[in-house]
Amino acid sequence: MHNKSLQCLLAVAVVGGLISLSGCGEQKPQGFSSQQLTDMLHLVMESDRAVYTKQVVNRLKEAGAIKASEHFVDDKALPLPAQMFRFGAETVASKTEAFSYSLQSLWPINKQNAPRTEAEKTGLQFIMDNPGENYYVEETLGGKRYFTAVYPDVAVAPVCASCHNEHKDSPRSDFKLGDVMGGVVIRVPLGG
Amino acid sequence: MKYAIWGLWLSTLLAIGGWYGYRLLAGEDQRAFNPGPLSAGHHQLEQACGACHVSAFGGGELLQQACSNCHGAELKAAHDAHPQSKFSDPRNADRLQHLDARYCVSCHVEHAPQRTLAMGVTQPGDFCRHCHADIAEERPSHRDLPFDGCAAAGCHNYHDNRALYEDFLVKGADQPLLKAIARVTAPASLADKHPGWRQPTTAPRADAPAARQTPQALAEWLGSAHGQAGVNCSACHQPQGASWQERPALATCQDCHAGEAAGFFAGKHGMRLNPELPVRLGPMRPALSGLAFAAASAEHQLSCNSCHGAHRFERASAAVEACLGCHADQHSRAFEGSPHQALWRAEQNGSAPPGSGVSCATCHLPRQLAEVQGHERVLVQHNQNANLRPNEKMLREVCQDCHGLPFALDALADPALIRNNFKGAPAQHVPSVDMALERARQ
Repeated sequence: MHNKSLQCLLAVAVVGGLISLSGCGEQKPQGFSSQQLTDMLHLVMESDRAVYTKQVVNRLKEAGAIKASEHFVDDKALPLPAQMFRFGAETVASKTEAFSYSLQSLWPINKQNAPRTEAEKTGLQFIMDNPGENYYVEETLGGKRYFTAVYPDVAVAPVCASCHNEHKDSPRSDFKLGDVMGGVVIRVPLGG
Repeated sequence: MKYAIWGLWLSTLLAIGGWYGYRLLAGEDQRAFNPGPLSAGHHQLEQACGACHVSAFGGGELLQQACSNCHGAELKAAHDAHPQSKFSDPRNADRLQHLDARYCVSCHVEHAPQRTLAMGVTQPGDFCRHCHADIAEERPSHRDLPFDGCAAAGCHNYHDNRALYEDFLVKGADQPLLKAIARVTAPASLADKHPGWRQPTTAPRADAPAARQTPQALAEWLGSAHGQAGVNCSACHQPQGASWQERPALATCQDCHAGEAAGFFAGKHGMRLNPELPVRLGPMRPALSGLAFAAASAEHQLSCNSCHGAHRFERASAAVEACLGCHADQHSRAFEGSPHQALWRAEQNGSAPPGSGVSCATCHLPRQLAEVQGHERVLVQHNQNANLRPNEKMLREVCQDCHGLPFALDALADPALIRNNFKGAPAQHVPSVDMALERARQ
């Protein structure tokens, strides 16, 4: 009985060690598929940005407290929701290679945010053509395999559409509330 | 005979090995190991390989860390337009094949003077093409512009675009050559520096041993900010009760002037003394620089006192005379007789209001707002290289105190005008403001 308990303890320790090791490295957490992982990451990103847009930017703008501006440092304003999203992506990029994400569009204000890889181009078009659906694919970039997921990015507040419609660098000026304006692309490196 | 030759060979080998080994391990002048001269930005450090090569056992990441240790904060403050994190996204993997912009050394290779361009760039001048080849599609005005001109004066900077972005240009388009109230930021008063401080009603009594007091030192100290603030002899000469120091160490100044010291250590004047360098170097001397200096100043060692002068710590002379005591290049020598100098003289002789004069320090060691111990105060940026190159970095924090943006852009883009210290009008016109206005109109 005593030996059995020890064996159980040892087994728990080994499994625990493996799980913690996998969390420290570049591998996805045990037990989740790549798609589940990117779905969860996207859920957090989408929720945080919607909350920032509605509860911070919109609310404070309506209260006359502070506005959001593309040049938020010079204008002493809030970063735009899309900027906050990108800053988050850049901060993550400076801390880990375990995953990466970006905000892209077929009608980007900054042309560097247009789709570049084949997966991005196909994925951005797919989410436009298939409302409510996501796009998942594997691709090879720089000799490495990635699981790439593309999620629709929807105008959650009127200001999303109006800001893009009025921006001088926007190639499109007829966005409406609820429109898919672009896509969130999340990549997870695959082992091997 | 055979043994003698072997012995000679061995002892020669040991002597050479010993000499190199001593240089390497004793941390003395290590230029013998230098594969080529360093760029203008780093030449002060070429005696110490370890300033950049922080470990003998490390690759590119360690070198990158060394770059970040000295330049990271500056880039962050400049809202770096091309940070490393923008390029580590796998979607840019194909671009990294051409130019791995995740690493500073991809564009700033050292020990390669034959291919080093301005700002220490070692890439061909048209490197922007790698990512912006289709720029003319969205900016028809750029259709016939060469890619090696993107970073030309007044257009774009790779890292710091705070004074060049389109909406900023539009906002400043109507600014006149000279603003109605052209003033530089006022220096911090003692009350600003130390909230709650009040001017002593009586002159402080010097606490230096009588044998060390001289009439001149006493008079200079009493007239200085130190004397007025009650900072006594012992505060500098016997810090924390130490024995008397004839020449107080830089660290003693740093105890009270941490912000100023941080700037000094970041610039070329003080980088050799930076306590965070992994190697110890002596103070900077003009003889170590490649610029033009007065011959008599060649061995002048740079510290706080070399510009501020012990006991007097006088601001005005540190702002002009101290600089011109060493610097003898064309731009420095042309300060004499320049419009800026005329304004400086007028302020100094009281015929013009405070803040209306322009000294060397006005532009090269500008006063900036900074948070010190929870209080916002005016601090002199003692890193005289912080806004020097690309020179558009001067626009916001210096030129625009007095001048409108379009004139300042043109002036900074005219090398001849800079050399003669702005005697005359710009001979060049930077079209970027016009282009920004044109797009705004469209």
